[in-house]
Amino acid sequence: MKKKWYDYLWVVSLTYLILGFFNILFAWLGLFCFFIPLIISLVNGNKGYCNRYCGRGQLFGLLGGSFGLSRKKDIPMWMKSKWFRYGFLTFFLVMFLQMLWNTYLVFTDVRSLKQVVTLLWTFKLPWHWAYHGTLFHPGVAQFAFGFYSVMLTSTVLGLITMALFKPRSWCVYCPMGTMTQLICKAHPHRKS
Amino acid sequence: METIKRKKRKAFVDENFCVACGCCAKVCPMSAIHVPNGIMAKVDLQKCVGCGKCAKECPASVIAIQEVENEKEMV
Ligand code: SF4
Ligand code: SF4
Ligand code: SF4
Repeated sequence: MKKKWYDYLWVVSLTYLILGFFNILFAWLGLFCFFIPLIISLVNGNKGYCNRYCGRGQLFGLLGGSFGLSRKKDIPMWMKSKWFRYGFLTFFLVMFLQMLWNTYLVFTDVRSLKQVVTLLWTFKLPWHWAYHGTLFHPGVAQFAFGFYSVMLTSTVLGLITMALFKPRSWCVYCPMGTMTQLICKAHPHRKS
Repeated sequence: METIKRKKRKAFVDENFCVACGCCAKVCPMSAIHVPNGIMAKVDLQKCVGCGKCAKECPASVIAIQEVENEKEMV
């Protein structure tokens, strides 16, 4: 099979993670990975983003496949069950709202900016070197720290399940994948 | 004529657990499997040669390669 331009989007995903290490404000670019899949599923009624363009999935496929960093074992049954997938999506969205709330508090000057990246919703990693001030409100930076935390957390989870199970095991419980599949199920143009 | 009787192997997707990621479609050498609606993968049994590449790739391991009796039963 001939490689298409979109088969190299893993480079973009990798670059994104690296850029956030040097300047946290690049984290804002990650919003593309949120809106593009949703727009594609809402407009076209398919998972075109997952099926073609998702660089994160490609990155896991590459590391677990060509680089052999995966045991290539079957993912346990409970991880593909609906309650786990929908449960994880719900948890993810709640944590996302909490992140937005923290950003709001900084915007309203109730709280001051915290220059940390929170890994797995628990561990606070110092990340101050990636903050060089902003032309705008500190809230803009707070959102960047929060959003980068989300992206890094999901990457780490994806790497763990990549190593334990199949390379792209993350795709089984990826909130974005679950959400776009749900949208497709409810889509009016649904083909049977 | 004898091709009709010979047992063939084909891919079957467990539609309840497919996450519609499309990893299978990326590796199929015959372009026999697609995710047309973002809900589950569909196999074109006319094209599928039962090589099992999709089953190996599927992160949810929901593809089974099964023998089918003859061409007629597949439709
Ligand atoms: S399920 Fe998630 S990681 Fe996998 S292809 Fe879709 S958006 Fe990307
Ligand atoms: S790789 Fe597996 S889970 Fe993904 S679309 Fe194909 S059959 Fe479904
Ligand atoms: S078994 Fe082989 S030919 Fe059939 S759908 Fe899977 S990858 Fe394609």
